[in-house]
Amino acid sequence: MNTMKAENLDVSIAPVPADQTKLAVKNLDFFYDKAKTLKSVSVSFAKNQVTALIGPSGCGKSTLLRTLNRMYALYPGQRAEGEILLDGENLLSPKMDLARLRSRIGMVFQKPTPFPMSVYDNVAFGVRLYENLSKSEMDDRVEESLRRAALWDEVKDKLHASGLGLSGGQQQRLCVARGVAVRPEVLLLDEPTSALDPISSARLEETVSQLKSDHTIVIVTHNLGQAARISDYTGFMYLGEMVEFGPTDQIFTRPATPRTSDYITGRFG
Amino acid sequence: MTAAARSSEARIVKRRLANIAFSGFCTFVTGVALVALAGILWSLLSQGVGGLNLAVFTMSTPAPGSEGGLANAIVGSIMMCAMAMLIALVVGVLAGTWLSEYAGGSRYGSVVRFINDVLLSAPSILVGLFVYTLLVAPFRGFSGLAGAVALALIAVPVITRTTEDVLSLQPKTLREAGVALGAPYSFIVRAVLWRAAGAGMITGGLLAFARISGETAPLLFTALNNQFFSVDLTKPTANLPVVIFQYALSAYDDWRRLAWAGALLIAAAVLGVTILARAVAKEPSRS
Repeated sequence: MNTMKAENLDVSIAPVPADQTKLAVKNLDFFYDKAKTLKSVSVSFAKNQVTALIGPSGCGKSTLLRTLNRMYALYPGQRAEGEILLDGENLLSPKMDLARLRSRIGMVFQKPTPFPMSVYDNVAFGVRLYENLSKSEMDDRVEESLRRAALWDEVKDKLHASGLGLSGGQQQRLCVARGVAVRPEVLLLDEPTSALDPISSARLEETVSQLKSDHTIVIVTHNLGQAARISDYTGFMYLGEMVEFGPTDQIFTRPATPRTSDYITGRFG
Repeated sequence: MTAAARSSEARIVKRRLANIAFSGFCTFVTGVALVALAGILWSLLSQGVGGLNLAVFTMSTPAPGSEGGLANAIVGSIMMCAMAMLIALVVGVLAGTWLSEYAGGSRYGSVVRFINDVLLSAPSILVGLFVYTLLVAPFRGFSGLAGAVALALIAVPVITRTTEDVLSLQPKTLREAGVALGAPYSFIVRAVLWRAAGAGMITGGLLAFARISGETAPLLFTALNNQFFSVDLTKPTANLPVVIFQYALSAYDDWRRLAWAGALLIAAAVLGVTILARAVAKEPSRS
């Protein structure tokens, strides 16, 4: 792997080969009003791979994730400058249709966010927005999505009960099912297991590993073990910069920069 | 026992006494409020039940000394309240939604919010006068429509305020989850937020209904009253509050009995609608 060194010797970004790149972030700056929270971040996310973003609280990893589906655009005063190319198309362009973009790039949040409706309707919610399926096609889609989120066996007898009645771990997998039901190309996961117990977390990790055959996955996590277990690539961020990016085994066994090495060995963060 | 220990002992005793005094006072004041409420309910029941009979629901308001009921006033009140709630729910829910979801911190939003709060505490007699000059005087006639509009003006700020409040309580992540699925914002508001906030919004509607169901002042200037049974809202329309007002102050025993029966009916209607709406609101949430 040829490692591109920036002028700052303390940074090491291993590029993903262009033909395997799904999302390419180029010189991305991000501002909360006047505060700059991402500083010229450049990184690529490989197609059908899991990429983990790690780093201490406030390092900008969630912010980076929220630029990828332009979630930040909900809030006046937040803006991004630079380029984010989704299959070569700049999604920061003002001409981008945001609803369409978000149907291509799904997201699962830190806390489960089931809608106040039945399990079935939760999963069908996004599908109904973009596809006109018959009842039986929709039934199939709901079952398939719940199976892929490893939730089907637990809810198949209560599809029409409220999604709010599920346990926290089940609710989070319901949100994954809801996200994959619209068949997005990219799935963004923002600390999806931080509110879950260890067993539910393990379930969800398994789900994520299975999902990568169909989706490009970017996951923000505080849990280094989780990043090591499920990701193919890892990016370490610190103070709004991408400090090191490369294949996960390399980051965890032979980190190229002292800051990464300090962080993963628990010396700070 | 040292001096320090004695002083700390004294402090604890003092604290305990203060605690007992405070909670005792709170209990006492709650009791006063409950006694007043029970007194009102008791007088309503004891004096109202005697006046209730089938004729109350089948016959219209009588001349003194002759047989009669409240049918015209009951129907008039139901029509005007229903129409007022229809207008107020549409305007109030949409305005509250706009304030919570679209106004943000804008200046226009703050102005609308402030004016709504002023309307919330506006004396209802002013609302009556306002509608009188707008819908009664120009058309040279009192009408049930004007009454419904006056009641709606009283209900709108209540519904607007509660709608805004309960929508603002919904977590940011619920909105983001909808946005993340590619749903247009207006769709998220209708399909997710209104549903999540449904119980609270229904409570707001109930508060508004309870508020307008007994309003008399605005109706004196708008719907006035009608001795006869009529479902024509373009004419003066009989209604319970004005009938109660006139009959309760009259010198005739039978009229006063009808006034008590009418008051009991309003209280029962508010109670019934509250119970019904609670049951409806509870059903779709948790399994």
